[in-house]
Amino acid sequence: MTAPLHEPTAEAAPSAAEEAALVAGSAEAKAVQGRSLGRIAWERLKRDKLALAGGMVVLLLILIALLAPVIANLVGQDPETHHEDLIDPLFSTPKGAYGGISGDHLFGVEPVSGRDIFARIVYGARISLLVGFLSALVAVVLGTILGVLAGFFGGWVDAAISRVMDGLLAFPQLLFIIALVSVMPNEMLGLTGTGVRLFVMILVIGFFGWPYVGRVVRGQTLSLREREYVEAARSLGAGRFYILFKELLPNLVAPIIVYTTMMIPTNILTEAALSFLGVGVKPPTASWGQMLSAAIDYYESDPMYMVIPGVAIFITVLSFNLFGDGVRDALDPKGSR
Amino acid sequence: MARGTAAGPRAVLAYLIRRLFAAAVMLVVIILVVFGIFFLVPRWAGVDPATMFVGKQADPAAIEAVRQKLGLADPIFAQVWEFFKGIFVGRTYSSGGDVTDCAAPCFGYSFKSEQAIWPVLTDRFPVTLALALGAAFLWLLFGVAAGVLSALKRGSLWDRGAMIVALGGVSLPIYFTGMLSLAIFSYGLGWIDGRYVPLAESFTGWLGGMILPWVTLAFLYAAMYARITRATMLEVLGEDYIRTARAKGLTEPVVIGKHAMRSTMTPILTMLGMDLGALIGGAILTETTFSLPGLGGAVLQAIRDKDLPVILGVTLITSLAVIIANLLVDLLYAVIDPRVRLS
Repeated sequence: MTAPLHEPTAEAAPSAAEEAALVAGSAEAKAVQGRSLGRIAWERLKRDKLALAGGMVVLLLILIALLAPVIANLVGQDPETHHEDLIDPLFSTPKGAYGGISGDHLFGVEPVSGRDIFARIVYGARISLLVGFLSALVAVVLGTILGVLAGFFGGWVDAAISRVMDGLLAFPQLLFIIALVSVMPNEMLGLTGTGVRLFVMILVIGFFGWPYVGRVVRGQTLSLREREYVEAARSLGAGRFYILFKELLPNLVAPIIVYTTMMIPTNILTEAALSFLGVGVKPPTASWGQMLSAAIDYYESDPMYMVIPGVAIFITVLSFNLFGDGVRDALDPKGSR
Repeated sequence: MARGTAAGPRAVLAYLIRRLFAAAVMLVVIILVVFGIFFLVPRWAGVDPATMFVGKQADPAAIEAVRQKLGLADPIFAQVWEFFKGIFVGRTYSSGGDVTDCAAPCFGYSFKSEQAIWPVLTDRFPVTLALALGAAFLWLLFGVAAGVLSALKRGSLWDRGAMIVALGGVSLPIYFTGMLSLAIFSYGLGWIDGRYVPLAESFTGWLGGMILPWVTLAFLYAAMYARITRATMLEVLGEDYIRTARAKGLTEPVVIGKHAMRSTMTPILTMLGMDLGALIGGAILTETTFSLPGLGGAVLQAIRDKDLPVILGVTLITSLAVIIANLLVDLLYAVIDPRVRLS
């Protein structure tokens, strides 16, 4: 392969490379001001009200997911009990206005089964956040390791890893995720049913996400390893691993954090999409995507059933995006605020 | 403006050949991976692929027939070879006296629906193509315009408003906005029928069925494109050559429209290539939400039925679409951005 190794190729999206370069600039700002990067970023983030609001909602959602059984108990509901007495036998939609919203059922009940929607939304947050966070973790770990390897060692290692990244980025991803998730058996590695599906979703979504992180980390490593301070460390006799862990990785933290926060909402949307298409989490386990998929048959007769999980996804993804934008701007001195 | 490396036709040709070769390699890899997913993964997990194609309760004879017909007992490379041969010269599936013909171009034969894949693909492709192209036209028009305006009037009420809407837009799943738009415009207000009508039947009916999918899909992408356009434009406006252009006394429309837009469009084109390719390969979510009879719907059904031949055929077309779209973008790139070297 004769592709230039030290310059972004035409395939690498310039925005990502530029973003990495901007974040690199913030490392220089650190030297000038004598304050830690984290400190500067935090001070900037504190001034960004929208980002803070997003961060608060994210925290609240994490709490809701962790305390799902407690919250459901508080209102005296659980996500899987049927309440068929609340269903109009003629149309199989909930009795009462707005999808059966009442003091007992804060968000109403599902058509046909009468399961409590509030409890299902609260439990659904667990699935969304679990898959969102863990698959981002898989992508970041894989992307960082392979990106650093490619950038640091160069040569054929870089060529091989870069080809794989280009290839994965050009793959019809959703199609492959659906295909992979759907051929998985019902039992494996001691997990059954929903457990297997979650495990496979996390791995597969994470796997298709790593090239996005890897590309940025590789570009960043390439530019960092030629810097004077690395040269200085090398001339002092520092070993490869010392340079890798002590000199390079700390400077990669900023872009990695930015990409992680941007990746979580995307992954949450992918999980919801898979469950919507019927290859992700299946009922009776509650997930927002699965609820929307069930709601498609009732958008005329019971629109609230569609609106509630839709709004839940919207609020979650929006607050992650707000927070992520804020983190990016905070770590990027030239960025807009 | 001096063009440092004026690329001769020879360089372009060499570049093209190199790109085409890479595309071909990519296709082969994708086919191998699809085969791998449906043959190797189940084997590791202890499931016989043949049972997947007939269903669990089928009798052993039916399973054996399918195994012979699809050549599932052959080595995987023999199966891949048969598949490639089928595309160019057609293929015959046989098991005992039972023979099924599949004329070239044979992208496989579905034993679930008892039909060749190629007619299904050609039947459904126009729907997906129309969906993707129509939506792309809308989102480029509105997304890029909104992004440029926001960048030029940075910090204004318009900028803040547009960016909040855009952030909301990228946070909304397409199947939710799709259902919402159906509930409001089709069911609630009754403005649009919302059902898909083939173009051959009625033009206005077709337009009515496509307008909601177009608009909801375009909204999602316009939001994304507006954000990227704004960010890129702001960066470009800070470059020296823009200052130079202004210093030369060029009018603002020329500076923005001619000089700044050129650099701004480069990352937009990259995205367009990837997005359009992916959509043409099957806008699975949009097609499911609006019940459009396109490729996405076909492949989703095939995956649910574990109908491997259909999945293979559609995946191949999808990958082709992605690769061709990326290739076109790379070529366009060289045209709009002289900095891109043909290497």
